[in-house]
Amino acid sequence: MNSSREKIISRVRAALAPIKVRAAHPDFADKTATMPGLPTGDFCALFKECLQVVNGLAFDDVSKLAAWLRAEGHAHGYCDPALWPGLSSAFGKDFTVETSFDRKRVDDYKFGITRAAGAIAETGSIILQDTATSSRLGALAPWVHIAVVSKKQIFPDIVSAIGALGDDPNTIWCTGPSKTADVEGILIQGVHGPGVQIALLVT
Amino acid sequence: MKYQQIDQYAAKISAEKRASVYGGSKSGYDSRKKALFTHFTAPDDLRRLAGNIKQHTIENLDTYLPQVEAKLQANGAKVHWAEDSHEACQRVLEIMRARNATKIVKAKTMVSEEIGLTPYLEKEGIECLETDLGEFIIQIAHDHPSHIVKPIIHKNRREIAKLFEENGLGEYNDDPETITRRARQYLRHKYLAADVGITGANFVSAESGRLVIVTNEGNSRFSLAATKVHIALIGIEKIVPKDRDLAILLNLLARSGTGQQLTVYTEFITGPRSASQPDGPEEMHVIFVDNGRTEVLASDCREILRCIRCGACLNVCPVYRQASGHAYRSVYPGPVGAVLSPLLAKEKFPELADLPKASSLCGACNEVCPVNIPIPDLLLRLRDRGKREHSAAAGAAAPPLAGWAIAATLPTAWTAGLAMGGMINHVPTPLLPQAAKSWIEARGLPPWRGGQFRKWMKQRNKK
Repeated sequence: MNSSREKIISRVRAALAPIKVRAAHPDFADKTATMPGLPTGDFCALFKECLQVVNGLAFDDVSKLAAWLRAEGHAHGYCDPALWPGLSSAFGKDFTVETSFDRKRVDDYKFGITRAAGAIAETGSIILQDTATSSRLGALAPWVHIAVVSKKQIFPDIVSAIGALGDDPNTIWCTGPSKTADVEGILIQGVHGPGVQIALLVT
Repeated sequence: MKYQQIDQYAAKISAEKRASVYGGSKSGYDSRKKALFTHFTAPDDLRRLAGNIKQHTIENLDTYLPQVEAKLQANGAKVHWAEDSHEACQRVLEIMRARNATKIVKAKTMVSEEIGLTPYLEKEGIECLETDLGEFIIQIAHDHPSHIVKPIIHKNRREIAKLFEENGLGEYNDDPETITRRARQYLRHKYLAADVGITGANFVSAESGRLVIVTNEGNSRFSLAATKVHIALIGIEKIVPKDRDLAILLNLLARSGTGQQLTVYTEFITGPRSASQPDGPEEMHVIFVDNGRTEVLASDCREILRCIRCGACLNVCPVYRQASGHAYRSVYPGPVGAVLSPLLAKEKFPELADLPKASSLCGACNEVCPVNIPIPDLLLRLRDRGKREHSAAAGAAAPPLAGWAIAATLPTAWTAGLAMGGMINHVPTPLLPQAAKSWIEARGLPPWRGGQFRKWMKQRNKK
C-alpha cells in the first residue's frame, strides 16, 4: 500500500466526518429508466426498428446480406473462423474472406463478420463480448461490421442487459455506426469504427 | 476594474466564434430536451434519483474507494493513487518506462487535461496523441478544449481545413466528411503503432469494479483493441455503488449531453482482455486521482462532485453561450466550471474567484442537470467565500453600493431618491455615473419609473 493511497483515504474520512446523517442509497424499481410504452413480447421486431433509428441495418437472410455487400462493392472481408463454415455457401466466389485479421493490412478489409453476445431492443444496440468476439479489431476497423445476433439473445432494455453483463472482462454495446458531430455539429458516420453497422439475425 | 475578466474576454471574441458557440450550445440544449421529454413522462424524477445515487456515493467514498480497489485488483487490474497532478503524470510515466513504451493513443479524458498529462509526457520524449476528432484538432492547433463534450465548439470548418493543410493532412478541403475521413485514415495507423491506450472512465461500479467508458467515435475502443496496455485515469468521485445504478445514469448521460438515447459505444471493462481474445490490453492500470477532490468533499460545495460531465449546463447557460468556454480560463468551463475550477485551483482560488459571479443565477443549469446539482446555491456559497477571503477578483467590477445601502436604511432618503430619480431620464450619457455607463454600453437603460409600486400599493389600500 503506498502512502498516497493512505493520505487520500484519510482525507476522504476527515472530509466526511462532520456529516451527521449520510444520504442513503435510494431504492428504485428495475424498470425505472426503461422508456414507458415499449411494445412487449416481440423484442426482435423492436430491436430492428430501434437499430434503424440509429442508422443501422438488419438482415434475416445471409444471401440478401451477401447481395448487399456485392452491390456496395465490398468484396474483401474478415470473418470469425467459427462462423464462416455456416455462412460461406451464401457468399459467392467473388468474395475474398479471411478468417484471421492481419493488423498490418488493416485497410484491406472492407467488412468484418463477428458473433454478437446479444442485442438490446429498446436502443438497437449490439452487444459484443471478448469471449464471443473472435477479434476486437475485426469488428471495429473495417468499414462494415456485421454482427451475427441470435434472436434468443435479445434483451428488452438497458437495465436487463446490465443485469446480464456476467464475468466477461470486456463488453461493448455498439449502437449504430461510429459517429461524430465535432465539426460544426454536422453528423458524420464512420469516424474510427464502422461507417455501417449491420445485424444479421439468426435463429 | 471596470469589467470582470469573463466580460472582457466575451467582448473580444469574434462574431464568427460567438455564432459557433451560440449555435452549438443551443442545438445541444434542444436535442437534450427532445430526447428526455419525448422518451420519459417524468424526466425530472429520474434526475433527482440520479442525484440521490451520486450524493450517496460521494458521502460514502470512504467505503466505496477501498471496495472498488479490491474489486479491480481481484479482476486483474493494477490500482494506483495520485494525490495531485504531478503524481498522476509520474505514475503514467513509470508505467511507460517499465514497458519501454514510447507511444500513447489517448481517448478523451478531462482528468488528463486537468493534470496536464500531454505536455508532461512530451517533455519526457513520449508521443501522446489525442484520438477524439475534436481533441485531435485541438492538439494540432495547440489550443484548449472549450466545451466538455464538444471540444471544438468554438471552431468552424474553415479553420479546421486550414489546420489539416498546415499539418500535412491533405490539401485544403473544408467538407466535414473529408476532414473526418482524413483523420480516420491518419489515426488508425497511429493506434496500431501505439504501445499504450489511455482513457478516462465515466463511471466505475464499486460492486463489480467495472469501468464504463462512453464514446461516439469508437476511439476508446480502437485504443483498447490495438494496444497492449490500458491506463485509465479516474477522478475519485466517478464511482457508483451498484451495476444497476448504471441503468439510471446511462439513460441520462447521453440524452443530457448530446440528445442520444445512448452513445454509440458503451464499454464495460473489468480487466485485461480474456485469454481467447487476440486484440487488446494484456495489462490494465487504474490511477485514482485526487487533485483537490478531497478538499471539495470537505467543503460546503461537495454536491459538485456528483457531476457526470455531460455538458448540459454549458449548453443552457446564457453566460457560456455569449462568453464561450475559454473565457473561464480553466479546464472545466460553464456553470460546472464556475463552481469546480476555483475549488480545484486550491491555493489559487483567488485567481478564479470571479467565476462564481459569471452567472445571472437564473437556475437553468440546475434544471437541466442529470444529477440535479444545485449549481446556483453553490455559486452563492463561493461568492461568499470570495468576499470573506477578500479576493480582488471576487470584487472586480462590483458597482459601488454604499449610496444604495444608506438610502435603503433611511426611509426618507429612499423616498427623496425615488422622487429625484426621474432626472436620470434627462441626463446625457457622458454625465452618468461609471456603473450606469458600463451598463448602457451594451444595452439601453430603461426609463426611470421609480415610485410606481408605492403609488399602486397606496391606491390598493384605499379600495
